[in-house]
Amino acid sequence: MDEKDLTLLRLLEENCRTPVSDLAVMAELSEQDTEDRISRLEETGTIRCYAAIVDWKRAGNSNVAAVIELKVSPERDLGYDRIAERIARFPQVRSLRLMTGAYDLQVLVTGSSMHEIARFVAEQIAPMDRIRETATHIIMKTYKENGITFAERGEVERLPYSF
Amino acid sequence: MRDFVSARAHAIPPSGIRKFFDIAQTMKDVISLGVGEPDFATPWCVCEASIYSIEQGSTAYTSNKGTPQLRGAISRYLDDRFGIRYDADEEIIVTCGVSEAADIAIRAVVDPGDEVLVAEPCYVSYTPCVSLAGGIPVTVPCRAEDEFRLTADALAECITPQTKVLITNFPNNPTGGVMEEADWRAVADLLVDHDLLLISDEVYAELTYDHDHFAPASIPELYERTITLNGFSKAFAMTGWRIGYLCAPPEISAAALKIHQYVALCAPVMGQVAAYEALRAGEEEKDAMVREYRLRRNLFVDGLNKLGLSCHLPRGAFYAFPSVESTGMADDEFAEALLREQHVAVVPGGVLGPSGAGHVRCAYAVSRDDLKEALARIRIFLESRS
Repeated sequence: MDEKDLTLLRLLEENCRTPVSDLAVMAELSEQDTEDRISRLEETGTIRCYAAIVDWKRAGNSNVAAVIELKVSPERDLGYDRIAERIARFPQVRSLRLMTGAYDLQVLVTGSSMHEIARFVAEQIAPMDRIRETATHIIMKTYKENGITFAERGEVERLPYSF
Repeated sequence: MRDFVSARAHAIPPSGIRKFFDIAQTMKDVISLGVGEPDFATPWCVCEASIYSIEQGSTAYTSNKGTPQLRGAISRYLDDRFGIRYDADEEIIVTCGVSEAADIAIRAVVDPGDEVLVAEPCYVSYTPCVSLAGGIPVTVPCRAEDEFRLTADALAECITPQTKVLITNFPNNPTGGVMEEADWRAVADLLVDHDLLLISDEVYAELTYDHDHFAPASIPELYERTITLNGFSKAFAMTGWRIGYLCAPPEISAAALKIHQYVALCAPVMGQVAAYEALRAGEEEKDAMVREYRLRRNLFVDGLNKLGLSCHLPRGAFYAFPSVESTGMADDEFAEALLREQHVAVVPGGVLGPSGAGHVRCAYAVSRDDLKEALARIRIFLESRS
């Protein structure tokens, strides 16, 4: 991993559809070298996938998302890993993180309705061994996701010419 | 009624791009590469700090030379970043942008009849400011074959017994040229031998892509005969805040301060608060902007060269300065036709000095998408003429 790799990662994270020819010019590499580096980053799992960031609300989707805080009793030798692995397997779970502070695991869940999420938590998550407490917070509005702001700001006026 | 406008004001030539400005105003879809400012918003931490200070009621005059906090931060920054030491109390004046700093620097040192060398192509204000101070501007060419550096030979040819000052701007607007340490050392001997003063506008110092900027005042023999000008507009995307600064040995600073206190009183306090925050917490965002400019430079200069508009790789600032000679058109003819036909705005190089003739200045301080669109339009423009 060198500065050139970091440049490629930044560019791909920003827009994974940037043509290789442009990536090569910007990173000051040959096209072949650029392709080789990207392949290596894919193979090593540094690049996990190429995905779009979607504002689902604009797509007419009325899905509901919730953040669930879990207090968990860790297992001897394994800590939180085994229970985290079990929770991560549910397709409803969009992201899962171990946190410092008042609770342990933070789960981001999506579902088609509040009811569905409530049922998922009540029937799948809460009864699991070692889950001591759950708190479910429904997401009301997303302002920014993965560095992308959803609200549109007006164009800033700039003079067409200035010295 | 008599003509009330002074002879000096009459003598200032009108802006070389007024005509282009008027044409561009009539169009809706102009891609402007004609700007001299970053397209980034000022880092939010900077805006936030300034907004908070206004809410706290900090809206009064400051000390003429700027707040002690900001001068202290500038002093530490210049030392850490470029190895130049200026005393925060005696040698630094915060000004209303580098434009004001250039004006008061010139007026502090130029007497009527003094010849002032201006390394061109360059920013447009130096020559008129010299004239307004009663000095005689003499341009020194920086040529494409030298990657637009100032050479000792070119400088030596222009020095006369009346020469007092040299004004430079590296990294350079409009060429993107830079001066490295060896380049400055070659020039330094001449400045010392002929007992000349250097006014060095380094507002693009943070925007270099291959080597760190070299500040001429870091050469001990030059420190005592250099006025260093810098500011926040380019590095921190703060053009509208109007904060620059002038650094010079105490006697020269004291002279410049007398002028500053009567013409500006002080720089805007909200801008000074913002500038302090930029130095305190803005480095990461500044570095991200510099990284982005470098990507754009690579993309755009490669595109220009592929179109046959030969362009040296600019190593500083955010301008590409391609030659348009291959098109058979003069620079202003090229710039006007490109604007009228393809709605792409560039600045004819001749406006920025005789050595700029045959080139156009293209700011890559626009998004990569706009740069690609501009290249596509320039391609159509060139193809329509071949």
